[in-house]
Amino acid sequence: MDGLDDIVEDFLVESHENLDQLDRDLVALEQEPNSRERLSSIFRTIHTIKGTSGFLAFGKLEKVAHVGENMLSRLRDGALQLTPRRTDALLTMVDTVRELLQSIETTGGEGAVDVELAVELISAALEEPADGAEETSAEVPAEEPAVEAVEAVAAVAAVEVPEAPQAAAEEPAPAPVAAAAPAPVAVPAPAPVPVPAAAPAAPAPVAAKAAAPVATKAAGAAEEGEAPRRAVADSTIRVDVDLLDALMQLVGELVLTRNQIVQYVSRQADTDLVRAGQRLNLIASELQEGVMKTRMQPIDHIWSKLPRVVRDLGMQCSKTVRLAMEGNETELDKTLLEAVKDPLTHLVRNSVDHGIETPDARRAAGKPGEGVLSLRARHESGQVVVEVIDDGAGIDPVKIGESALRKGLVTSDQLARMATADILQLIFAPGFSTAAAVTNVSGRGVGMDVVKTNIEAIGGTIEIESEPGRGTCTRLRIPLTLAIVPALTIECAGDRYAIPQVSLQELVSLDAEKAATAVEEIGGAQVYRLRGELLPLVQLADVFGTSSERHDGHVVIAVLRSEGRRFGLVVDRVINTEEIVVKAVGAQLKSIGLYSGATVLGDGTVALILDVQALARRALRAETMERADQRSAAAAAASTTAASADRSRMLLAAIGGGRRVAIPLDTVTRLEQIKTATVERVGSREVVQYRGAILPIVRLDQHLGASSSYGYGEETVKDTLEVIVYADRDRSVAIVVEEILDIIDDSEAKHSDIDDMGLLGSAVFGDKVTELLDVRAAILAADPGFYAFDTTAPAASDDLMAV
Amino acid sequence: MSTLTTPGTGTAQLATFWLDGDLYGVEVEHVQEVLRAQKLTRVPLAPPAVAGLINLRGQVVTAIELRERLGRPARGDDAESVVIVVRMHGEAVSFLVDGIADVVHVEAADFEQPPDTLDGRARDLIRGAYKLDGRLLLALDVARAVAA
Repeated sequence: MDGLDDIVEDFLVESHENLDQLDRDLVALEQEPNSRERLSSIFRTIHTIKGTSGFLAFGKLEKVAHVGENMLSRLRDGALQLTPRRTDALLTMVDTVRELLQSIETTGGEGAVDVELAVELISAALEEPADGAEETSAEVPAEEPAVEAVEAVAAVAAVEVPEAPQAAAEEPAPAPVAAAAPAPVAVPAPAPVPVPAAAPAAPAPVAAKAAAPVATKAAGAAEEGEAPRRAVADSTIRVDVDLLDALMQLVGELVLTRNQIVQYVSRQADTDLVRAGQRLNLIASELQEGVMKTRMQPIDHIWSKLPRVVRDLGMQCSKTVRLAMEGNETELDKTLLEAVKDPLTHLVRNSVDHGIETPDARRAAGKPGEGVLSLRARHESGQVVVEVIDDGAGIDPVKIGESALRKGLVTSDQLARMATADILQLIFAPGFSTAAAVTNVSGRGVGMDVVKTNIEAIGGTIEIESEPGRGTCTRLRIPLTLAIVPALTIECAGDRYAIPQVSLQELVSLDAEKAATAVEEIGGAQVYRLRGELLPLVQLADVFGTSSERHDGHVVIAVLRSEGRRFGLVVDRVINTEEIVVKAVGAQLKSIGLYSGATVLGDGTVALILDVQALARRALRAETMERADQRSAAAAAASTTAASADRSRMLLAAIGGGRRVAIPLDTVTRLEQIKTATVERVGSREVVQYRGAILPIVRLDQHLGASSSYGYGEETVKDTLEVIVYADRDRSVAIVVEEILDIIDDSEAKHSDIDDMGLLGSAVFGDKVTELLDVRAAILAADPGFYAFDTTAPAASDDLMAV
Repeated sequence: MSTLTTPGTGTAQLATFWLDGDLYGVEVEHVQEVLRAQKLTRVPLAPPAVAGLINLRGQVVTAIELRERLGRPARGDDAESVVIVVRMHGEAVSFLVDGIADVVHVEAADFEQPPDTLDGRARDLIRGAYKLDGRLLLALDVARAVAA
């Protein structure tokens, strides 16, 4: 029952923290009884405790939390006023919950804690100001914490023998043996003397002596009986996350200083200095990577608890649900992992409770009786994308609209003007719930509100797509780490700004001639036709009240996404993509509400980080957004789930000789420019040093035999190469193309089977024939060993295009 | 705020600086460091007194133009400013001033309320004046000056 113990432990730790917050909130609430925000916060806490205790079958806890939640939801909705009596009742409830948790922690069960009093108290306070409140004083049964002595001994022993790895390898657990029978047997004892080469030849008497103190210490620890309960008998240690945060911060500074030194050193003639500079460069990079890694954990840590949640909930709702998980090994920062745990659980519960239908209803709809809930995680352009997909009933926008109307979240006038995608977003509004009856599982309108708040708090975004009858897909985009974020640096009116990649969809560059016709105006609002859809444009210089320094008529558009909307931010020029270290800005700047922070660029300049959400809210007038929404809604309805939409986005590149190839965007890690001079040769292959690794190069023009009179001859003249970096696990290759042209949707393209070696076929994109690159073949040409480690060869077909 | 500097309770140490011909002082406890003119990153849409952001050894610090804050005319283009970094509530903020002067011991007995002739904006930010030999030292209210 290891898994369950883990869950209980997590639950306890989390609940204790929550309760402390709850105490503060409740007391603060007396000062400002009408604060909806505080009430919502308290409500969520109790809601979480209730939900989890239900799953863990702590009936009493659930009962107390349930009545408390009842009162809180009415307080939150304004149906009840907070009186001192009600506060007392709530505090009594919190105390009772605390006692129950205490009991669970010490005895593993709820024990004899009396909950009736708290329940009555709340029920009474719920009705009317009635009789005087009494103090609850439930007894907490105090039992000795069960200590697994053997485990403790093993743990201590393992700690005691950090040296002599060879001895440890021969005899996995020597200490318990010694502890059980401290006879001078010829146990190849771990010598505590840290002599590196002594272990194998250690004479027997020494070994016996060495074993003795270890055994004594182990026994001592066992007697004390207070050994850490979950001592892990392996080589890991627990480190405070704050410490790692501090380390991360320092490494960030180091990287910036390194950048400055490397720049300075590169101008020096002193070879020793240059060499030391290069070494510093390498070490700093490795250190950064190492520290980042210490904080990374596979998403499986939080997923592993979900099968049970799904199963139990399925039973409770009489539904059969199969949970499919993809990408368990996707890693992300520990802090972020913690932060997405609750939202993810909420989403999963929602899907089972509201999304997937009962077997009968499913069969009636022509679907298999067993519902499928898929969890997918993957890395995508410096973010982690987590999707919760169910094949249930989907969300009916009409019902959502009606419900929102009833709850007064929107007016009927507003609703009539809303696009479908916008209506779906309403489920994230506080106080929204579609369940007809308040069930024990969910349906109090707290879930999605919390999910959105939590995800946005960590710099992530959430989108929901649904097709009635087919299912729902909720997609979370989460940054890899909070401290270091991939960003696009741009220039506007002479200053540089950073835009987090998480919001960036694509870049469009128009030359003066094209811009003159491509940028149109609708009632004074600028729009650009992006592959047939109108993209509202926002001039960053206008937002800032300055004037652009770009006078040559060129237009550079960063296509950004915010809360399901798309808009184009017009900037003066795009500078670079780089990893930036996020710094907080002072209170004076926070209040402007346009910047999410600041960063220090490689040359020491400070650059502001644009808050894309705030920018969208500020810059986009309602009408413009609605127009755009209707378009995207129509487009969304046309395509099915977004998973397939993402997959079919293509990077368009010229390879010389007038030929164009399309490469599935999801196989592309980065676009880079490298200096031709940095290309070196290893045997017959070309390679380049990239981020401390050797990157094999494949030149597409050679690989596909493009006309060398153009492309090939030109590269020797060009001093930079356009490179597409493709990475899988820790191997990468660089694909050299002549020019990156565009990113396009594959959906409208006409396909044909005309192909050639190295191609998958061809298609027409924007009335030009384009070849579809067989990425796998191209990579194998550059690095035949690339997939050698890949035992699941068929899975690699994901790397190819889904035509 | 340190009790040392409360008027009427003995002596205090003020770090003094020049601004538009006047001598001002801030409590030394608040002063973290003094720097030469720094490269400023402009912040569009910020209040006018926010001159920009500076990079203080990797930390991003807001710079407040004290001339603007006190309603004085802007500094000449060729005149370099000096940056005084102060620490308030754990957060570093910096002031741009004309030049730095000495650290001065002041007596509470020499303290007086700001003169009635002081104009509105400056009046909120100046706690009062210390009468030194031959000149007045204006005591800046750091907490208010920071709240640009």
